[in-house]
Amino acid sequence: MASRRKITLDRRKVVEKILKDRGDILLVTGLGAPTWDAAAVGDHPNNFYLWGGMGGAVLTGLGLALAQPKRRVLVITGDGEMLMGVGGLATVAVQKPSNLAICIMDNQRYGETGMQETHTEHGVDLAAMAAGAGFQKYSTVYNNRELAEAIPVLYSEQGPVFVDVKVTDAPQPMTLPPRDGPMLKHRFRENLLGHV
Amino acid sequence: MAISYKLQRRKVVHQILKERGDAAVITGIGNAVHDVASFNDDPKNMYLAGVMGGASMVAFGIALAQPKRRVLVITGDGELLAGVGSLATIGVEQPKNMSIIVIDNQAYGATGNQHTHTGSGVDLVGIAAASGFKKTALITTQAELESELPKIHSEPGPYFAVVKVTNKSSPRIDAPRDGTYVARRFRAAVTGESM
Amino acid sequence: MATKKKKKTDWSKEVFKVLKKADIRQIAYVPDAGHTSLIKMAVADNAIKPVSLTSEQEGIAVLSGAWLGGEAGALLMQSSGVGNVINMLGMANECRFPLLMLVTMRGEWGEFNPWQVPMGQATETVLDAAGVIIHRADDPAEIAETVEAAAKIAFDSGRMVAVLIGQRVVGFKDWTK
Repeated sequence: MASRRKITLDRRKVVEKILKDRGDILLVTGLGAPTWDAAAVGDHPNNFYLWGGMGGAVLTGLGLALAQPKRRVLVITGDGEMLMGVGGLATVAVQKPSNLAICIMDNQRYGETGMQETHTEHGVDLAAMAAGAGFQKYSTVYNNRELAEAIPVLYSEQGPVFVDVKVTDAPQPMTLPPRDGPMLKHRFRENLLGHV
Repeated sequence: MAISYKLQRRKVVHQILKERGDAAVITGIGNAVHDVASFNDDPKNMYLAGVMGGASMVAFGIALAQPKRRVLVITGDGELLAGVGSLATIGVEQPKNMSIIVIDNQAYGATGNQHTHTGSGVDLVGIAAASGFKKTALITTQAELESELPKIHSEPGPYFAVVKVTNKSSPRIDAPRDGTYVARRFRAAVTGESM
Repeated sequence: MATKKKKKTDWSKEVFKVLKKADIRQIAYVPDAGHTSLIKMAVADNAIKPVSLTSEQEGIAVLSGAWLGGEAGALLMQSSGVGNVINMLGMANECRFPLLMLVTMRGEWGEFNPWQVPMGQATETVLDAAGVIIHRADDPAEIAETVEAAAKIAFDSGRMVAVLIGQRVVGFKDWTK
């Protein structure tokens, strides 16, 4: 069970810190606030934003990581989105993609639908679920010191790695990236593969 | 990498059912149905012959509706994995009268014995604990089964156990397949109302 | 009992050849008896990454990622799994991700388990409503060419396609075992 520690981290600042030195990582974001967080840092051709497909961010990252074993793939998604496809953690752990990192912006809320509490507000421990699924590297982050330790893990520790970052539910301005699916797909593939 | 286990699924299920008292038993799709039906066709059995991934939540609804009755889920590892998010929902709700028993042969027995994730390092007990289940157990021997039996039936739950079993198949013993009949009979048996 | 062992092996081999020709690199699956041989071939092939799923909707997302990363994939499942993928199909639809699904049917030809009937009977309607192009194959001799056509429209024209492999092909399930 998750311990009850005070939650102080601001999600926008956390995502900004994670993406500041992103190098050539390929980023997949889950629908809702994680997509706005990434957009707030700056749109990027190596970003693929999910605007739907709730529960699919981690698995989209898995397929991408299997297809591009030499590139680091980072998935940033929310706790509600992760819970909806939580069996995917087991699927990822069985595949053992060494280049896949998963980072949860865990505000313990369904932020897009009225801030209803998710299961993580009530003791469900996503990092422990990842451990149960078979992840060797997992952690829960509550403060900047732990975040500073977690960021290198996301970028260079042998994957799959899982980091659950506890963030406040303070509202953030909406920053919307492009949402036309074919455009996002073509841009991502062209930048990665040199063709659409 | 899969380890082989000695417990036989049918014997395990029969031993659990011997002490069920007035418990309601919900089975997940597949071999769990046959394991339970081969003991007896109790009217307080609800056999799910479809809806893969749904057994635990069906049982949870019954547990809420029947708070004084123990509700046992007997299901397979593949079925549980298909709806593994349910563990988090149940972990949050903390129904005291519910036990989930996963008969884990590490394979999809009904479709050709393909490996499930539990043979490749996925720890369902760990996931249940992470989901908020206070009482969990991994059962691999007869002695462990016997020491857990009282907890399965009466420990304040939600209780969760994985029983590792051999992957040998047992003769097929069918349960009634007519859903309307099974559901009405079940409801009558647990409510005392007529069918 | 009418399980056509030989034919079953044959169509699976032919279909596998078609998948190889289409340069399929990721095969995501939730097992079904009708897919047994295909899954075995996928696991044995070094050029293919087999991805065993806990639930079918994971497969839509995995194959979306595969396409973003430059690889083609296929999803193998039973008709009951079609019910699990509907919302996730929205991503493939909106992004026009190629999506090849091979669906072995239950709940139709000689079905023994009444619980399989509702989803089996709804499979075509539901896929159609979600915008998926549906090809059906009820004759073992036609499955491979149907999958080949489906793969072309999926990968060349960027569409979601399901090949429904009739329960008649797989044969009645032998319930005596």
